[in-house]
Amino acid sequence: MTIIEARGLKKIYKAKTGAVHALDGLDLAIPSGTVKALLGPNGAGKTTAVKVLTTLIRPDAGTARIDGIDVVADPKAVRRIIGVAGQYAAVDENLTGFENLEMVGRLYHLGAKAARRRARELIEQFELTEAGNRPVKGFSGGMRRRIDLAGALVINPKILFLDEPTTGLDPRSRLALWGVIKNLVAEGTTLLLTTQYLEEADQLSDDIAVIDGGKVIAEGTADELKARIGGHRVEVTLVDAGDAARTADVLSRHGDGEASVSGDRRTVGVAVVDGPRALQFVLRELGDAGVELHDAGMRRPTLDDVFLKLTGHRAEEGQEDQQTEMENAR
Amino acid sequence: MSGPAGYRPAGTGGPFRQFLSDGWVATWRNLLKIKRVPEILVFTILQPIMFVLLFSQVYGGAMAVDNYTQFLMAGIFAQTVIFGSTFSGAAMAQDLKDGIIDRFRTLPMSPAAVLIGRTNGDLAINSISMLIMMGTGWAVGWRVTTSFWGFAGGVAVLLLFSYAFSWVMALLGMSVRSPEVINNAAFMILFPLTFISNAFVPIHTMPDVLRVIAEWNPVSALVESARQLFGNTYSEFPAAAAWTLQHPFATIFLGVAAMLVVFVPLCIRKFESISSR
Ligand SMILES: Nc1ncnc2c1ncn2[C@@H]1O[C@H](COP(=O)(O)OP(=O)(O)O)[C@@H](O)[C@H]1O
Ligand SMILES: [Mg+2]
Repeated sequence: MTIIEARGLKKIYKAKTGAVHALDGLDLAIPSGTVKALLGPNGAGKTTAVKVLTTLIRPDAGTARIDGIDVVADPKAVRRIIGVAGQYAAVDENLTGFENLEMVGRLYHLGAKAARRRARELIEQFELTEAGNRPVKGFSGGMRRRIDLAGALVINPKILFLDEPTTGLDPRSRLALWGVIKNLVAEGTTLLLTTQYLEEADQLSDDIAVIDGGKVIAEGTADELKARIGGHRVEVTLVDAGDAARTADVLSRHGDGEASVSGDRRTVGVAVVDGPRALQFVLRELGDAGVELHDAGMRRPTLDDVFLKLTGHRAEEGQEDQQTEMENAR
Repeated sequence: MSGPAGYRPAGTGGPFRQFLSDGWVATWRNLLKIKRVPEILVFTILQPIMFVLLFSQVYGGAMAVDNYTQFLMAGIFAQTVIFGSTFSGAAMAQDLKDGIIDRFRTLPMSPAAVLIGRTNGDLAINSISMLIMMGTGWAVGWRVTTSFWGFAGGVAVLLLFSYAFSWVMALLGMSVRSPEVINNAAFMILFPLTFISNAFVPIHTMPDVLRVIAEWNPVSALVESARQLFGNTYSEFPAAAAWTLQHPFATIFLGVAAMLVVFVPLCIRKFESISSR
């Protein structure tokens, strides 16, 4: 059963530089009890999509239904069954961690007693005891994030939206959060999660929608997406970076698409249809041309490769912008 | 579909009980804020004491008129509660910036409750300030010369006007999205507005242009209403002949009604469309 459904969503923002098509005909269908990752670089439209689905903004065109309820027609009914953690932690600075969670529980109308009980449970589950009794003001970003995430889980919602839940977290906290998310999903929560991290999408989701320019440009499981760009990649590591251009020529000729050269111009790779055959040809030609190699081989493509192939640019480009965007948002 | 294990369906109580509960929770949050933000406490408690003492002692001497302290007090009350209303503007802008509005807007709560809670917060701030100012005023010789009901009426008029004004400021806060701009605007607009009125000096002493502004300034009608209810009117300080000051109660009643009728729906509509950037 499809529990999150979006059809032809459009959202246009007017900016100084002209109209920005933040969503440009986005379609999504997420089966109940599954995890979908929206994977895309900065500016792809991930946050805008989450905001439309969680009733924060109205789409300019298209429809979205959550558990069969139209988000524009009956936002309040949608809000009763969802939990949301936005891209930036939304906590009341002047309340303690406990009070923040109690407030959320009461605003879900759990009743005063149940709201307090639930807040206590979450404080323990998220190891927030330290933050529990002091105002949030002055706590680290990671701690706020956890309080915010706990806020999204107050009703153990059947549908959960997490917008870049691990962006800006250190690797240890990221792993811990992955653990929490995996547990939730095991209990049957339907999750829509956005990320710029390909590994994260692979780790957490059943199904990935790659979005760029406000629409879905590819969809499928991680394996299906990998398969779409050919069986393998051939990669060689050069002794002399000066050979990079010549090598790229050879690889492009035997590959399925243009070869890519790494930043230090020592590694050259290309997607290929038939890995072993392509590798044989490539090695023979490079040997004839007298190019010296450190290493050569073939491997299964990573999601990074998928992204490059699908969008023509690397996902990392977006990640570098992330820092400046975070600062601008302050 | 029943949802995951441990799913807690939202929604106990009927719609009206939920509305009251939301309003109370939002108010509670703003009351805690008063307690925990030192700047608010300074504004609420220390500044009123300072203003009453400074104006009554410094100006009181210079004016060399017997009843200046009696005349002045309603003016200081009015100025303080009007400034108190700007907290709603700054707080709505701050909440928007912090993203907490996004949290509220994804919860099944009443949107009006967030605004009611906020304006109630201002009402609490202003009530505390009023108590402090009346105590300090009493210490420097201010007296109510009417009845208990006159006294209660004067306090009610001041609080009611400032409460309605909080909704105006709340809309402004949600529109400009910057607490700093609200605070600057308060300084740039509210200082002249409260000074070009009968709050501190009788209007007839002003040059013509200022006099007309002061007569039609709602702050003047507010101060005049409070003075009449407290029994602090004197022949040395005659009220002006303008309609607004001859009928201060009608003016204030119309002003409060207009602010509420226009700005409450505007605020709720605005709230239902805003989201952090
Ligand atoms: N409130 C807004 N006003 C103007 N432009 C916006 C607004 N929100 C988002 N955008 C623009 O819409 C595009 C998509 O943004 P967003 O959904 O935040 O992307 P993502 O979350 O994938 O980084 C970007 O170009 C962004 O600059
Ligand atoms: Mg985003």
